[in-house]
Amino acid sequence: MTWETVIGLEVHTQLATHTKIFSGASTEFGAEPNTQACAIDLAMPGTLPVLNEEALRMAVMFGLAVDADIGKISAFERKNYFYPDLPKGYQTTQLEKPIVLGGHLDIELADGTTKTIRIHHAHLEEDAGKSLHEDFHGMSGIDLNRAGTPLIEIVSEPDMSNSDEAVAFAKKLHAIVTSLEICDGIMAHGSMRFDVNVSVRHKGDELGIRTETKNLNSFRFMEKAIKKEVERQIDLIEDGGTVLQETRLYDGDTDTARSMRSKEEANDYRYFPCPDLLPIEIDQAYIDAVKASLPELPDARHQRFMEQYQLSSYDAGVLGDDAATAHYFETTTEQCGDAKLAANWVSGELAAKLNSEDMAIQQSPVSAEQLAALIKRISDKTVSNKMAREVFEVMWQGEGDPDSIIEARGLKQVSDSGAIEAMVDEVIENSSKQIDNYLNADEAKRPKMLGYFVGQIMKASKGQANPQQVNEILLNKLNALL
Amino acid sequence: MTIDRADIEKLGELARIAITEANIEATTRSINEVLALVDQLQSANTDQVSPLANPLDATQRLRHDRISESNHREDFQPLAPATENGLYLVPKVIE
Repeated sequence: MTWETVIGLEVHTQLATHTKIFSGASTEFGAEPNTQACAIDLAMPGTLPVLNEEALRMAVMFGLAVDADIGKISAFERKNYFYPDLPKGYQTTQLEKPIVLGGHLDIELADGTTKTIRIHHAHLEEDAGKSLHEDFHGMSGIDLNRAGTPLIEIVSEPDMSNSDEAVAFAKKLHAIVTSLEICDGIMAHGSMRFDVNVSVRHKGDELGIRTETKNLNSFRFMEKAIKKEVERQIDLIEDGGTVLQETRLYDGDTDTARSMRSKEEANDYRYFPCPDLLPIEIDQAYIDAVKASLPELPDARHQRFMEQYQLSSYDAGVLGDDAATAHYFETTTEQCGDAKLAANWVSGELAAKLNSEDMAIQQSPVSAEQLAALIKRISDKTVSNKMAREVFEVMWQGEGDPDSIIEARGLKQVSDSGAIEAMVDEVIENSSKQIDNYLNADEAKRPKMLGYFVGQIMKASKGQANPQQVNEILLNKLNALL
Repeated sequence: MTIDRADIEKLGELARIAITEANIEATTRSINEVLALVDQLQSANTDQVSPLANPLDATQRLRHDRISESNHREDFQPLAPATENGLYLVPKVIE
């Protein structure tokens, strides 16, 4: 029997404001614990929230970017639950009147076709603090710096039918919010976190019972968690069991998941309109002004990259989907003047390095300007590609600009044809046996035999001879001997 | 609607309120009185009335996104029962 999977996503997206959604405390990542938690964030008696205009504007930007309706009147509600990282005892969020209603975006499937995924709504809310469960004499530590950080929670319709589609949707959202510059998109900082709702059914049946796996903080973990959950549900049903509606936790390090709470124990959140905050009213003029300010969106940039830089659709996606990567690539290209080399380096060497160290491109120790300076030295043949990779390694360690590294390490490529000729002559002189073999060999076999001589010459030059020139000069000299 | 003793015990647990054995009868009775009042309110016809988010005839004012709160951790932390390395300490919570 064929099984069908139904997936819906809830995406918590931290907005890139300077201050909290309801207080003037900083939202900067990585501060000392509780140094950015003010009286409002700590829920001190007598404090009152005031909404951050930027948080509102960013939520509206998102809505317009996904072609949604903007709620001209939206309101905040209290979602009551008890947990120490939520000092107020309730999260201020939106339920009945969210700011973003509906919307949709297109994802590209593996076979090249596109599929439209609908968005149910997106609402503004505040983030909670962080609980640290390392042992503090049998207690937990609480850091409230994150408490009150503005979020939009984006809720999709259950329109995805496998983990690839869910990941494509998540990546598209990432591309959109980073392009809008309303979220820094740094997954390692928890800037985007996913809850996945998964159910299975026999083709054509009614929707099955769904489970929710919470707080996945990378695309890879999300993919693995979905696969695991689909497998679990199918096994369970095929063995005669039933899926329980429950909240589950996935541990990426061990690739295991467990039940967190079932529906019976589910919290009753006792939502009600927040009496501390008045309804938000926005008019069409405001919406029009925000619409006019929208920057280039990923789909448009993808198209432009293909046309302007002659990139393949795949490369345009790799370089253009993420706003920070697109900016890095365009800065590099502008400074070095060679889009093809810049594309190769950004999607090759740099991406591999970032990937292996689990870093976002904004955290790269090599700036776009520095990479451009290195690429210029490849273009003007000061260094070979191979040497450039060596220089890049050193730049990655933070040891400065490419020119001084090339100078200090004597990595300059030898392009002086006189010097190369002398090395070629020397190698020919010292390889009489190989030369004889070469001269007597079949013409078809000769090109393969060149490798030996090139190797010797490169060795003699300590890898610094320009390989193209070496090939040319060597071939001329060998042809003359024939 | 009315609720019984078992409902009150369950509600007490959900609301994290300790309702003592001696109190449980009285609590059940007074909550049922409140529910009876709600039943009475329910009978009002609200078809033409839109839900009220706030009784004030006003809309939310906004603030500029400028940092206005500096670090006052050293003032706040002495109020907490336990702190360490800048963290507030609470009874162990693991989900």
